[in-house]
Amino acid sequence: MTTLATVLGIIAFAIAGPIIGCLLAGLDRIISARMQGRVGPPLLQPYYDVRKLFSKENASVNTSEHAYILFAFIFTLVAGGVFFSGGNLLLSVFLVTLSSLLFIVAAYSTRSPYSEVGAARETLQAMAYEPMLYLMCVAFFMASGWFDVAGVFFLDAPAITTAWLAFLGFLFVLTIKLRKSPFDISMSHHAHQEIVRGVTTEMSGPTLGLVEVMHWCENVLFMGWVAMFFIWSNPLSIILAIVVVLAVYFLEIWIDNNFARVKWQLMLKSAWLVALVAGGLNVAVLAYL
Amino acid sequence: MAYNSKSPWVIHYDASSCNGCDIEVLAALCPGFDVERFGIINTGNPKHADIFLVTGSVNEQNIKVVQEIYDQMLEPKAVVACGICACSGGVFHDCYNVLGGVDKAIPVDVYVPGCAVRPEAIIDGVVQAIGILDEKAKAMAQQKKGA
Repeated sequence: MTTLATVLGIIAFAIAGPIIGCLLAGLDRIISARMQGRVGPPLLQPYYDVRKLFSKENASVNTSEHAYILFAFIFTLVAGGVFFSGGNLLLSVFLVTLSSLLFIVAAYSTRSPYSEVGAARETLQAMAYEPMLYLMCVAFFMASGWFDVAGVFFLDAPAITTAWLAFLGFLFVLTIKLRKSPFDISMSHHAHQEIVRGVTTEMSGPTLGLVEVMHWCENVLFMGWVAMFFIWSNPLSIILAIVVVLAVYFLEIWIDNNFARVKWQLMLKSAWLVALVAGGLNVAVLAYL
Repeated sequence: MAYNSKSPWVIHYDASSCNGCDIEVLAALCPGFDVERFGIINTGNPKHADIFLVTGSVNEQNIKVVQEIYDQMLEPKAVVACGICACSGGVFHDCYNVLGGVDKAIPVDVYVPGCAVRPEAIIDGVVQAIGILDEKAKAMAQQKKGA
């Protein structure tokens, strides 16, 4: 039963993830443009971009790069499927980590200086956000009594009531995971960075298109991690969770547009500090409750 | 197959421009003109770009760079020469080190004259380049079908 549910979840996520992620990305670009006093592109612009990328000439600097990206994409889909079918939260987090590792290896495999700097920085970003992610999982488990996400529907009160500090810590590292402005040091979504496009500098055409679709799916999964803190046995809580997700996404866009990029040292130190204080304190308090 | 015209990503290279045209190119991205309305993004990476905007004339020093950027771009691609220097060498045409317009280095699709070129003219030039992109994409698709 659970295997079937997971497989169905993966199929459903492979269809719904890119669609919702594409709309979120389009919304991001319109809201960013409005914040800068511009009109901005149409809502479906990310879809047009990806369709164009898939129709471009297929040229790669080596034979392995596309394979790494393809498997990074597949692991993201599996992570999303496991999560949204109510499966194990830890497994979902580990699969996303595996996916981001393959993404880093793909950048290293191109042997371009800009890609390699981007990959090195992406590794630092992974080092920065991973501790908080695991502490977030532990806090969620201690607050809800389940590592299985489906458990939230049996709760009397949402996990946020006792794990709010860990949730705030998770919001901090979410900016790193989404590669938003203060922490977009490995690859910027905006034009011109000192390392060109960082991780994706050497990726082009269909490979770059696949990277874009992977990021849409990742974003949907991360928003799912936000939502799970606000759901309990009341079915209306799903609406509350969606409202919270939209508010968090707007907050991330606002942060993206209002903060200058920081150095990696500050990112690493602050992320670990947040993990220790927010994550560690929350877990410690929950242990004594 | 009309997606090339809906998301033309641009790379801008200053060959030996006086920066007059470059400022106008970037002005096209600013709120006043906001070319992102048409999906145009300034990528700064030849491997991601569809349209190559060159400002300034080509000389002995930068002809290799212009050719390298052009070679790194994936098909379908189009080249827009922005400003009179990029079109023909302009007032610098008989300088000892200037070879002439961008067409001395790479095939140019659209010539946009002006000193400095106005943002409206740049947008007009890019729109014409979009048409050429679509034609090239169509030719590519037909070639794929035939092969």
